[in-house]
Amino acid sequence: MIEDFSSLFHGFSVAIQPFNIGVMFVGIILGVLIGVLPGLGGANGVAILLPLTFSMSPTSAIIMLSCIYWGALFGGAITSVLFNIPGEPWSVATTFDGHPMAQKGQAGEALTAAFTSSFVGALFAVVMITLVAPLVASFALRFGPAEQFSVYFLAFCSFVGMSKEPPFKTVAAMFIGFALAAVGLDSITGQLRLTFGLESLLNGFDFLIAVIGLFGIGEILLTMEEGLSFKGRLAGINAKVVWETWKQLPRYWVTSLRSCIIGCWMGVSPAGATPASFMSYGIAKRTSRNGANFGKGEIEGVVAPETAAHAAGTAALLPMLSLGVPGSPTAAVLLGGLLIWGLQPGPLLFVEQKEFVWGLIASMYLGNIVGLIVVLTCVPLFAAILRIPFSIIAPIILVICAIGAYTVHNSVFDVVLMMVFGVIGYLLKKCNYPLAPMVLAIVLGDKAEENFRQSLLASQGKLGIFFSNGLVSTIMTLGLIALFWPLISNALARLRTRPAA
Amino acid sequence: MTCSLKHAGFGAVAALWAATGLAPLPASAAWEPSRPVEFIIPAGPGGGADIMARTIQGIVTKHNLMSQPMVVINKSGGAGGEGFLDVKNSAGNPHKIIITLSNLFTTPLATGIPFNWKELTPVAMLALDEFVLWVNAEKPYKTAKDYVAAAKAAGGTFKMGGTGSKQEDQIITEAIQKATGAKFIYIPQRGGGAVAVQLVGNHVDSSVNNPNEAIAHWKAGKLKPLCVFDSKAMPYKDEIVNQLSWSSVPTCKSQGLDIEYLMLRGIFMSPGATKDQVDYYIGLFNKVRQTPEWKELMSNGAFNQTFMTGKQYTDWVANEEKRHQQLMKDAGFLHTN
Amino acid sequence: MSDHMQGADSAGPSHRAVETGVGIAMAVFALVVIAGSIKAGIGWGSEGPKAGFFPFYVGLVVLACSIVNIVQVRIERTRGDLFANWGQLRQVMAVVIPSAIYVAVIPWTGIYIASAVLIAFFMRRLGNYAWSFLSPIAIGVPLIFFIVFERWFLVPLPKGPVEAWLGY
Repeated sequence: MIEDFSSLFHGFSVAIQPFNIGVMFVGIILGVLIGVLPGLGGANGVAILLPLTFSMSPTSAIIMLSCIYWGALFGGAITSVLFNIPGEPWSVATTFDGHPMAQKGQAGEALTAAFTSSFVGALFAVVMITLVAPLVASFALRFGPAEQFSVYFLAFCSFVGMSKEPPFKTVAAMFIGFALAAVGLDSITGQLRLTFGLESLLNGFDFLIAVIGLFGIGEILLTMEEGLSFKGRLAGINAKVVWETWKQLPRYWVTSLRSCIIGCWMGVSPAGATPASFMSYGIAKRTSRNGANFGKGEIEGVVAPETAAHAAGTAALLPMLSLGVPGSPTAAVLLGGLLIWGLQPGPLLFVEQKEFVWGLIASMYLGNIVGLIVVLTCVPLFAAILRIPFSIIAPIILVICAIGAYTVHNSVFDVVLMMVFGVIGYLLKKCNYPLAPMVLAIVLGDKAEENFRQSLLASQGKLGIFFSNGLVSTIMTLGLIALFWPLISNALARLRTRPAA
Repeated sequence: MTCSLKHAGFGAVAALWAATGLAPLPASAAWEPSRPVEFIIPAGPGGGADIMARTIQGIVTKHNLMSQPMVVINKSGGAGGEGFLDVKNSAGNPHKIIITLSNLFTTPLATGIPFNWKELTPVAMLALDEFVLWVNAEKPYKTAKDYVAAAKAAGGTFKMGGTGSKQEDQIITEAIQKATGAKFIYIPQRGGGAVAVQLVGNHVDSSVNNPNEAIAHWKAGKLKPLCVFDSKAMPYKDEIVNQLSWSSVPTCKSQGLDIEYLMLRGIFMSPGATKDQVDYYIGLFNKVRQTPEWKELMSNGAFNQTFMTGKQYTDWVANEEKRHQQLMKDAGFLHTN
Repeated sequence: MSDHMQGADSAGPSHRAVETGVGIAMAVFALVVIAGSIKAGIGWGSEGPKAGFFPFYVGLVVLACSIVNIVQVRIERTRGDLFANWGQLRQVMAVVIPSAIYVAVIPWTGIYIASAVLIAFFMRRLGNYAWSFLSPIAIGVPLIFFIVFERWFLVPLPKGPVEAWLGY
């Protein structure tokens, strides 16, 4: 342990060299740009810069690449808040309260809260990596298909049953999401389903296309109907907005801490940042005193998903380094980068490549600080984007959406799909169908089904596998509690009032 | 104001033209790419084909082997069908190449996607990937024989983890069942790395991972190789752990498991390419093969370094297609409806 | 533009009609899913559920929900409610139709030229900007995207004859 700390300090001394700090700034700025444009994933940025980094030492190179990763995580919140367009799956939950805040003229507050929460989540995860890395890595090994499924189950359960819309509409929306997620190749039997022989449907319905259409285009259509203006235009540009928001944030420390823990757990397990953000939002909504205001622009509803997503995104690097399993496409490209430099990810990386690993961990601390400084200084600038007249910004958003949809599979068919989803999103929203459960089902539906069926294969069809050990039973039970929480909390309330009466 | 804005716009156009070297290059005898080359991977990020393609991209860039950039694109939809169809539909575009794995044969056979390798232009075989039978290091079996005996005794409860469904890993599993009479439950996972981790975590009993997917866990003492599905042992003699090297892994044949399976890591390009264009890429990959980075990738992944081009390559692929058709037919994996 | 909006304020499709339409569309979607699932096999084989098992029941749930939703809408007593008035819908169509044309021409013209025209059209039609103000934006924005995607990040986007003539 002592030895590890001296390695970490050595790591800091490496990371703080002026060249490496410069590399961090470049990485963060590029990462933010990538996060803002939905057509560019972190994977693009990392892949393109990979060759560039051959001229550097492996440590500088990985600092640059991981800073692109941080920058992209930060940047994802910007379009979610300003235009209701989440560029990454884990930013979807940020739109629920972030965009209403922007519509109320509080874009600056929402962005500050999102960035600060991201930073807190990432910092918590890095501290965890520093202190308990080996322990955490062995925890990740306990997750087989049944455990993975239980995590998805918990994510769904903590999210349903909380929407205000009519229950049959909520269920219909969610199950349409499941049906869309099922299109394409069935990974368990290796056969195509629901494609009806159409080559365009081979890839299934990608989350990004659905979400850009439903949320982004749908929002433009609603704005048009309401008469041509982003309400965000009212927002004043206030240089003190960061400081004023910071004064509010400590109030939400419980939500923040809970989201950090959920995020770390999901990142390691490795279910990833998306279920973490949804789960964290769902639980915050249920337990918060302001729960009823969630979805109308509550700052706590931005804090919860952003903290969890960033904690998970950071924690996910641990299984990648120690087990060689990437948690996201971006992480996968980082992994490829490690291999090119002759660094073999695996349990021994922490022993054989001490300097590299601790240099990377030190750069996580510094990279996040640099990232926070960069994005916070830009908050007034981002908020000012909403002052651009709608007739200028709307077509530009349309173009960005089209590019984003195209780049998912390099297919024009996806751009058409996006437009169709846009009209569907407009109609469903007007008819009072909730869109969030549908998106959640599209994102996680096929993974949940895959793990469910893998578990049943292993247990030869016995459902008992979902309660076969302490870990999986605990998560499943938590899920059931979350699902029936309205009933349970009613019963508890009655128990409490009975002695009084 | 408006006037200067306009000028700024035109200025930017002019600058762009200058920067991109607009004038087309004079046509020379040998063909060279005139725009960025798309390198398609019909598999997801992080897998064996992906790592190989990205390493090649790195080598090409680092050693300046090409005048135009190389762009790597994953098209993994429909078990790789997305990537193959994309290249098939790009006839006459010489700026598109694709790296293949066994799904070149298995995907059209299992799913009925309208595609056959003969519709592409073969370029070169880069290497063949080995398959190794792995078990968790805690398990008592020392040899493949012990393992097969244990699997038989377990009476059909042994779990074999593998990548994808009705693809190479499941084909090998089927072949083991046929050769030994032992029954396995095959559990498909998304990628080779995930399979290895499931084996380390004891969620499955064995796997047939490629060497580079499991080497880190072997080094760490979590997994052990029992045998390799090849006609002769792998040639790499560098110590990996406890005086063991890839060359000390026996062939499965010597253990009574008479199964051989090697996976193609080869390059194809879009239909209708000219000989000049194919020759350009063959030359490029020949240069890639001379670099130290490539040699390191080969020895880390214990690849079989067979290199083929032209008719030899085409014949090899045709032969392999026939073999897969038979294997898939025997296993009942052929597309039906 | 504002003059033809006034007369249309009180008329428009009823909420009921639109909701019924959405419900029917969902039911049709559910039937398609069910048909596709039956084709893929909905049984519970030796290796657990078959490929169509989950989508089949998912389709059934969607079908059931859409029927409930249609029935609920039909028996509700909210006859007079408008979904939106014609003027509002015209505004929505003012985005949908040009966007649809934009998407349709991308395969022929490439995305950059189409984007420039789209931006110019919107700014002219909705914002009444002068050509001298809107042309630098309409040309500059696609140009920036071109530099970012094609030159920096090497992400190939759809390109048409003009780009080909320029050597891309």
